[in-house]
Amino acid sequence: MPQYETVIGLEVHIELKTRSKIFCNSTTEFGGEPNTHVCPVCLGLPGVLPVVNKKVVEYAIRAALALNCEIAEFSKFDRKNYYYPDMPKNYQISQYDLPIAQHGCLEIDTENGPRKIGITRLHMEEDTGKLVHQGTITTTPFSLVDYNRAGVPLIEIVSEPDLRSPEEARQYIEKMRAIILYTGVSDCKMEEGSLRCDANISVRPMGMEGLGTKTEIKNLNSFKSLLKSLSYEVERQIETLEEGGRIIQETRTWDEAKGVTLSMRSKEQAHDYRYLPDPDLVPMEIDRNWVDDIRRSLPELPDERKERYVEEYGLPAYDAAILTNTKELADYFEVCVKAWPNPKAVSNWIMGDLTRLLNSSGQEITGCKIAPENLASLLRLIDKGTISGKIAKNVFEEMFTSGRDAESIVKEKGLLQISDESAIIAIVDEVLAKNPGPVDDFKAGKERALGFLVGQVMKASKGKANPEMVNKLLREKL
Amino acid sequence: MITKKDVDHVALLGRLELTGEENDMYTRQLNDILGHFQNLERLDTDHIQPTAHVLPLKNVFREDVVGRHISREEALANCPDRHENFFKVPRIV
Repeated sequence: MPQYETVIGLEVHIELKTRSKIFCNSTTEFGGEPNTHVCPVCLGLPGVLPVVNKKVVEYAIRAALALNCEIAEFSKFDRKNYYYPDMPKNYQISQYDLPIAQHGCLEIDTENGPRKIGITRLHMEEDTGKLVHQGTITTTPFSLVDYNRAGVPLIEIVSEPDLRSPEEARQYIEKMRAIILYTGVSDCKMEEGSLRCDANISVRPMGMEGLGTKTEIKNLNSFKSLLKSLSYEVERQIETLEEGGRIIQETRTWDEAKGVTLSMRSKEQAHDYRYLPDPDLVPMEIDRNWVDDIRRSLPELPDERKERYVEEYGLPAYDAAILTNTKELADYFEVCVKAWPNPKAVSNWIMGDLTRLLNSSGQEITGCKIAPENLASLLRLIDKGTISGKIAKNVFEEMFTSGRDAESIVKEKGLLQISDESAIIAIVDEVLAKNPGPVDDFKAGKERALGFLVGQVMKASKGKANPEMVNKLLREKL
Repeated sequence: MITKKDVDHVALLGRLELTGEENDMYTRQLNDILGHFQNLERLDTDHIQPTAHVLPLKNVFREDVVGRHISREEALANCPDRHENFFKVPRIV
């Protein structure tokens, strides 16, 4: 069997976080009773005039700059005609030959090091309404339409066919999501549909120049379904070719329950969108000063920030990548390091205990009750020897649930580390008296017995004795 | 040159059902229209800028402000069929 290479290109749709829709002043708010967030414009009633929301153009430019795209000097909107009731007008306003931005890229980390994935174009368009079927789309007796989402602003980002595995596709989407979240133009919630993804996928014998026949997979609404559906489709295509069959260019839908992609063969496949410039909307000449202003207002993006963390804080690349994955986590880290300049210790606590507690309680870093300054004070207490590392973990959990600061918890619960020599000697003497066996073992050269005795002293002090002093004093006594 | 097949295709895209006679008529009419535009192709347009819009307007924007919605009853008032609070449409595929 010949080796096959997988070729994937992704189309990502991202809803922009504006207040009002792209061509009218209806709200973009998620949810809402069906058909209440609508007006004559987004319902496509006769005689209405769409007008572009300036914020949409600004956000599209912002996202495009973050994705290293070139911003068009001249751009316009077109009508994409199709017969499908998810839009009330029988067309969707989109951009065809003059998109707002082109020629971008983003970098992913592959097994063979970082790789640049090309971005063909980024354009603006209106989102569609939502169809509700009874059962499945093919068996429902009729469909119901809610136009609340119709006209919510979207950007569509089309990648080059540069991705070579389902895993690379997942990485691309995660990186895209991280970058867009940094720009603040979308909340990128896959589960609410504000980030959606279609995939074009084909396979070809290793070494072949051209591309194999592709299929398009729709309905990918989680990272997991993206990965699973693409893996399934790779296998299906290779199997088909190996059996002497051929791939039909078609749209397939991902059936999450069955774990398969299914053909959506129908009249709808006869796609012929007959794009034409929308005569209701006038063209845009994008002012370079405006673009420069937007560029200047961009925050430091994940890649740059990650690099800086390695250089400035001396963190391992792994830590740097995790900490900078979201702006909020990176901001948290930086406030904490400012108050307690020990980056690796801060990183360990954030990536370890903090992340564990956040995950298990289903919280985001933004809702975390431990202020970064308070985490810094906790670390200072450990460093000064005021509390032991073990006690610190308990204090940390208490801080996480109550939001109180480290000092007051330590004071109230009497958790101060015992570093007073006479106090520790008293405990040591007691432990030695109670454990003649291990004492003899140690004297007979069994180094391990010391560990047991240290443990007993720590236990007797309720974890508060300074472990280094316990070690030292035990050795002296023995 | 527009053929009967082209007309059938466009009719399908628009969900129109045409009789043979209608197809003949539209094929002829569409070819007449194309013929008319072929006259325009004789003009020398080498020094004319491509046009994206007939009006000399650009950059017409609105601010991102939420305005008044119409009520659901108004929204659904003209639809041929409804089910509860939704527009009801025939099966799609």
